[in-house]
Amino acid sequence: MAHFPKPAEGSWTEHYPEIGTEPVDYSDSIDPAFYELERKAIFQRTWLNVGRVERLPRTGSYFTKELDAAGTSVVVVKDKAGEIRAFHNICRHRGNKLVWNDYPREETSGSFRQFTCKYHGWRYDLDGSLSFVQQESEFFDLDKDAFGLVPVRCEIWEGFVFVNLDDDAEPLDDYLGTFGAGLKGYPFHEMTEVATYRADIGSNWKLFIDAFMEFYHAPVLHAKQSVSDESQKLQGFGFEALHYQLEGPHSMVSSWGGMSPPKDLSMVKPIERVLRSGLFGPWERPIEIDYPPAVNPARSPVWGEDSFLFFPNFMLLLWAPNWYLTYHYWPTSYNTHTFECSLYFVPSRTARERVAHELALTSFKEYSLQDGNTLEATQSMIETRTVTEFPLNDQEIALRHLHRTARAYVADHLATHETPVDVRA
Amino acid sequence: MPMLPDAFADLEPFAPTWCLKDEPDRYATRLASTMDEMQTFYDAFLPRLEDALSWLDRYDLDDIPDDELAQNLLWLCYSLVCVSFPVEVWRQPRVPDSGASMIHQIVAPAV
Repeated sequence: MAHFPKPAEGSWTEHYPEIGTEPVDYSDSIDPAFYELERKAIFQRTWLNVGRVERLPRTGSYFTKELDAAGTSVVVVKDKAGEIRAFHNICRHRGNKLVWNDYPREETSGSFRQFTCKYHGWRYDLDGSLSFVQQESEFFDLDKDAFGLVPVRCEIWEGFVFVNLDDDAEPLDDYLGTFGAGLKGYPFHEMTEVATYRADIGSNWKLFIDAFMEFYHAPVLHAKQSVSDESQKLQGFGFEALHYQLEGPHSMVSSWGGMSPPKDLSMVKPIERVLRSGLFGPWERPIEIDYPPAVNPARSPVWGEDSFLFFPNFMLLLWAPNWYLTYHYWPTSYNTHTFECSLYFVPSRTARERVAHELALTSFKEYSLQDGNTLEATQSMIETRTVTEFPLNDQEIALRHLHRTARAYVADHLATHETPVDVRA
Repeated sequence: MPMLPDAFADLEPFAPTWCLKDEPDRYATRLASTMDEMQTFYDAFLPRLEDALSWLDRYDLDDIPDDELAQNLLWLCYSLVCVSFPVEVWRQPRVPDSGASMIHQIVAPAV
């Protein structure tokens, strides 16, 4: 029996008839050729979030981002006018990677007055223009204006910095659509105490999104994280979301409140009772928020958390105790990706608040280790092709939508960009 | 030289092992410890945690790094959080079924 109302069609999935209810083919997660198409069709054409504006506090602040899936590295910088710009991370002289430290493939960040190439000392202003060429007179009619850094489209939404390698792509606000508009005004800028985690995961990038866009697994895989009475209760109930929504390539799931704060203190772990905190964050809200309309779309009094997936690989989770979390999944091959998670809190005023945050951070890490390792187990068996189609349930609607969206982008790319080889020629 | 404030002298035996600035070091220490060692630390510190928070709350959080004793006590709190999962939940240092997988903290809060 449903604990929360579903759409009139009888299920969330059937509310969106175009996505079907049949088992889903997971070839898209095990095929190297499909991944190569995803790189062109998705990662070179969609808006990719590369971080927050707080990482660029002053003129000359920069960070690099390795975009393996899109086939480039970008450097993002705040210029003298205060504008945030992105460039391909390559020197125009002979192609050296422009910004890196010690290890060319590792990301870096910091602050400088201008770009200086390590190789031959070419320099570029923060707006990308070429300002200095070593032994310029040795070159042949070098027009410095024609050798600025190669720009990458860069736009900001609510303090989140996005890049897009497609010069013809729609503006960021249009791409983020209903969800992007409906989240405007959330006080992301007040939540600046951040911790970031990174892991190399042995699975296709979509499989980890799958894991975090459904909570069907939570009462089972994470059973031991609750005290045993609570765990049995949770498994008995299973999981039902408050609300699901699909908007263009994006999706969201809205969940009830977990245990924050718990009704019964005997149901939480001893350290949670002392710190008044847990996986769902500190029990006390640091600030009150007048939520923008996309938050808690069911307007449920027991709302606890919203997960938004901005296609392809950026997830934004807003928690009822008024903090947020981001996930990024950066593919490195068809069956590997780099997973990044950042947790953002209103800055602690006291040690008590900071230790409460530490418990949320630690809890997150424990859960993620369970999730991440399970993915490798899944990937290895899907790759056997023993079974190729999988029955996704109504609580897995966002997964169905994600895989369908990826296939649609690839199909569209093949139809419009790949010219069939003319064998007669 | 004591590492902790006088009021927490009873926790001094744990300080050299667990007063650690960085999360990766705390986590590595957890993985390298026996359950008996972590249980002993947990049993001694959990009943004192509320006292420790009250003591630390006399400080402005940003000033804690300037006071070595207070800073060590705060780091000891973080270590207690780190070992609470093995002690309260897993009954082993490592997350069950997590195999060789690792997740690394690459950015930490300032304090």
